Order: sequence, then structure tokens, then C-alpha cells
Amino acid sequence: MAAPLSVDVEFGGGAELLFDGIKKHRVTLPGQEEPWDIRNLLIWIKKNLLKERPELFIQGDSVRPGILVLINDADWELLGELDYQLQDQDSVLFISTLHGG
Amino acid sequence: MCQVGEDYGEPAPGEPPPVPRPSREQKCVKCKEAQPVVVIRAGDAFCRDCFKAFYVHKFRAMLGKNRLIFPGEKVLLAWSGGPSSSSMVWQVLEGLSQDSAKRLRFVAGVIFVDEGAACGQSLEERSKTLAEVKPILQATGFPWHVVALEEVFSLPPSVLWCSAQEPVGSERAYKAAVDSFLQQQHVLGARGGPGPTQGEEQPPQPPLDPRSLARLPAAAQTEALSQLFCSVRTLTAKEELLQTLRTHLILHMARAHGYSKVMTGDSCTRLAIKLMTNLALGRGAFLAWDTGFSDERHGDVVVVRPMRDHTLKEVAFYNRLFSVPSVFTPAVDTKAPEKASIHRLMEAFILRLQTQFPSTVSTVYRTSEKLVKAPRDGPAAGDSSPRCLLCMCALDIDAADSATAFGAQTSSRLSQMQLPIPLTETRTPPGPCCSPGVGRAQGCGQGACRREDPQACIEEQLCYSCRVNMKDLGLGLAGDPGLSD
Repeated sequence: MAAPLSVDVEFGGGAELLFDGIKKHRVTLPGQEEPWDIRNLLIWIKKNLLKERPELFIQGDSVRPGILVLINDADWELLGELDYQLQDQDSVLFISTLHGG
Repeated sequence: MCQVGEDYGEPAPGEPPPVPRPSREQKCVKCKEAQPVVVIRAGDAFCRDCFKAFYVHKFRAMLGKNRLIFPGEKVLLAWSGGPSSSSMVWQVLEGLSQDSAKRLRFVAGVIFVDEGAACGQSLEERSKTLAEVKPILQATGFPWHVVALEEVFSLPPSVLWCSAQEPVGSERAYKAAVDSFLQQQHVLGARGGPGPTQGEEQPPQPPLDPRSLARLPAAAQTEALSQLFCSVRTLTAKEELLQTLRTHLILHMARAHGYSKVMTGDSCTRLAIKLMTNLALGRGAFLAWDTGFSDERHGDVVVVRPMRDHTLKEVAFYNRLFSVPSVFTPAVDTKAPEKASIHRLMEAFILRLQTQFPSTVSTVYRTSEKLVKAPRDGPAAGDSSPRCLLCMCALDIDAADSATAFGAQTSSRLSQMQLPIPLTETRTPPGPCCSPGVGRAQGCGQGACRREDPQACIEEQLCYSCRVNMKDLGLGLAGDPGLSD
């Protein structure tokens, strides 16, 4: 049973185009049975924030290759990637590296 | 080794166990003290400061080991607003402002090309982008230039001619140049006044060139460019056309303002994708120029790629951790589906492969480092061999050989014509023979172009991949801006 959480979700590098151009979102994740890990956060984002072209952001149950995920300004590879358990006031940043040069 | 009938179902018995995933509990692999923030390559976790040192070192080492940029030389930084080129500009900025022992020794300027018309952006959107771009340019302190892609229509035909190639300086020449520069600095330091090169390093006000004031270009030109790009049938050809036009424009600006080098921000990942894409486009003969550190095909101005050792992940992390300003501008392939162009397909392929095999990009990169630039007919023929009209690479034609793509094209065209034209006359010297008169149906009357078909005349002067791209330009040659009267 996971308690409700308040997290900052931010998009950069062009990923914001899929979210109506809005870079910063302060979201409140409702309490639910399953724990709030990144995997479930992605499902939530796809359902509630993503405005168009889900295949450009999500692939399978993870992000599309080329999109970096930073949790509290640290590489998510150091924190367990999809299995990282979100804490209250965490900040998750998705940067698309596919755009521009 | 592979054998027929061998069963690959089970993992090989002697295989090493998978590399354990790095975690926050580990320490930075370099200083072994601080907490890591980023994972580079497969499993190396760096802390913030070690990552910065690593990143900057790679940039300086890339410039230092290639020894192409001489002290005091004028270098134009091609800035697209994107993360890689922004990072490059930032590195140059920091490098130029360090204390004298480690300071970078060249003189920099920045150019931004407004490609909004080609990407279908409205005037308001373009103005908005420019409003974001200009403060960043001004903050760099370098002389800056903002150029709209529409200016390509006013380029002189001379941009398509390859100027005489400057001889590449030898090792001794580079060392001698550095030594004399340092001596000069020393003498001037002793005298107590700023020398001429010091003055150049602190540039004056940005030039009041009307273009740099970034008035949006004439509506007719915008319309013409927009139409040109809309008429291109495939996204692949569109991207290639955009790249060609952008390159010619930047080089023209470099020549006009006396820059002898242009730096572009192509990263390791991008170059790996570019290498594979170019193979698919039929540019295999030119990979060394397209993806190497230096590209001397234009003769007097050399294109240099100092970011080629940095992956996109490193660039993105650096920009985030150290607040490097960048501007997002949509491109022709923004939000395009995966199979929309060869470029997109190859990008998806490489990046997907990279997630499963983290050494993919670095392997392609290392392979590209081994590519050697050797003119086809030996070193002596290098300068005088005919060049592609659009991409300026030495033509890799073997028109007599029917087994190649060229041979097949040429022989099929010949079979359509009534009069056979001797193939030897296709070897025109550099300097396109019908450049000013393409629009005229009668052709230019020189050499091989007795044909009535100006399209064939042009095509003969293009390399294979440029020919293929040309086919996708719906308007035909009358609409090609670089070749109009």
C-alpha cells in the first residue's frame, strides 16, 4: 500500500513537446496498492500527462532509448532504474537527447 | 567459432557473469571519495567534479592531439542552439578564459542559422526563437552572426568551387607556431601592455552587420525556401538538402569574415549514427570526411569536430549539472515516426542496440577513427580530380564500369540518347561548367554538355548520393537555389 506522493516531473531537450510544451509539472500521485516506483510512474505519466505520440516517449515498460532519466539530479542507473522507489518531494527529470546538435 | 549445426541455445560455459550494476552506495571510481551522480560507459560511476574534469579533459585532448588549430587562428563556432553545440561553445568560452598556461589560443566567433522557414515555422515562432537566442549569443562575448537560411539564395556560385587547399601544417610547423606565440606573449607580458593577439582575444562589439541584427528576410525568399522544402518528396532528401544548404551558408560566412576553421558540435553518438546513415545513403567513399575530426574538402576553410568523443548522455548531463544555456528549436524531423527517413531509422537502430550492447556507439566511433582519407588515384590526383557540385567531395565515379551504380546510371542514360557522347569528356575540371546557365534549356555548350537535358548535365557533376537526393527534389533543377542565375 503506497501513500500519496508529491513529486516534480520535468521534461527537457524537446521531450516537453509531447506534453503541451510544459516543462515542469508538480504532480500528486494518489495512494494505491502498488508501490510508486519509476515503472508505475511511467504508466501514470502515459495515462495522465502525455498528450500525443506515446511511442516517442515510452517503449515497452521503460523510456524510449535516447531519453535520459535523472532522479534528484543523479543518473537513474545508480538508483535502480525502473525499480527505484519514489519518495515524497523527489524530482524526476526526463531529458531527450535525440534533438538538436 | 561458428560451426554449422552448432546449438546456440545455452549460454557459453566460459562466459563471464554480467557486470554488476553500479549503485549509489559505491564511491566515484576516480576519486573514491564522493558520491557518484552519473554512470559513463558501462559501469563507471563519476562524482560531479570528476565528471567535469573528465569532460573538459576530453575536449582539450581532442583539440590538443590533432594540432590543427594554430594559435591566434580565427575559428567560427557553428551553434544550432542544441545541447552538443551549446556545450561546445561553453567549453570554448571556459577554455579561452582560463589562466594563461592552459588557455586555449584561438579567436572565436559564433554563428546561428535560423532554419525556421525550412521547418515550417511561422514568423512569430521564429522571432520568439531569435529572442531567446540573442541574449545567449551576447553573453558569450564573441562576435556573433545570426543568418537566416533564406540567405542561401543570395550566395554567389563561387561557393560551389573548391578553393586551393591549404597545405596541412606539419608537426614542426605547429610546434614552431606555438613556441613563437608563447614567446610573443612573454615579451608583451614583460613590457606590460596588451599585444595584438590579446586584443583579438577580447573582441570588440559584435559587428553591426545588418544580418547580425537579425531582421527577418524578405517574404518572397521565405516563401521560395518553404516551397523548395515542401516540394521534396522524402524526409531523407529533405534532411540532406538542409544539411548541404546549411554547410554552404556557414562556410560562406566563414570566408566572408576571415575565419579559417569552423567547429561543429557533432557528438560521438551523432557521428556513429551519421556513419551508418551515410553508408545507407551511398556516401561510403566519403565517410572519413563526413565523420572524421577534420574535413578539408572545402579547401580554404576546414570543418573541425571537437565534440566527437563525447556521447549524447555525457553532453546532456554536463549541460544539466553545470547549467549550460541552450535553445530548443524544432527541426524537419521533429516528431517524425521511426520509419520516416533513413536518418531516423538508423538513429532508432543504433540507440536501441546501444541499450542492450553499451559498446555499440564506441565501437562504431573507434572504427571511424581508422578511416583514412586517400584520393582514389593516388595523392597527386587529390586536388585536381573532379568534385561533386553539392557536397564538394571528390567524385568516386567509374563511369566505364557497368558493375557500379554510376556505370548503370550512365549506361542507361546513354542508351536513351540518340548520339553517344564520349565518356572521357565527362571529366571536367573543377568549376561547374553550367552553373550560371542551368535555367536555359540549351545548356552551356561546353564539353560534355551538348546534351539538351540540363538535368543530365548537372547530374554528371554529382556524386552518387547527391544524385539520388536530387531525384527527390520535386521542382527539378529550376528550383535549386544554389544553381539559379
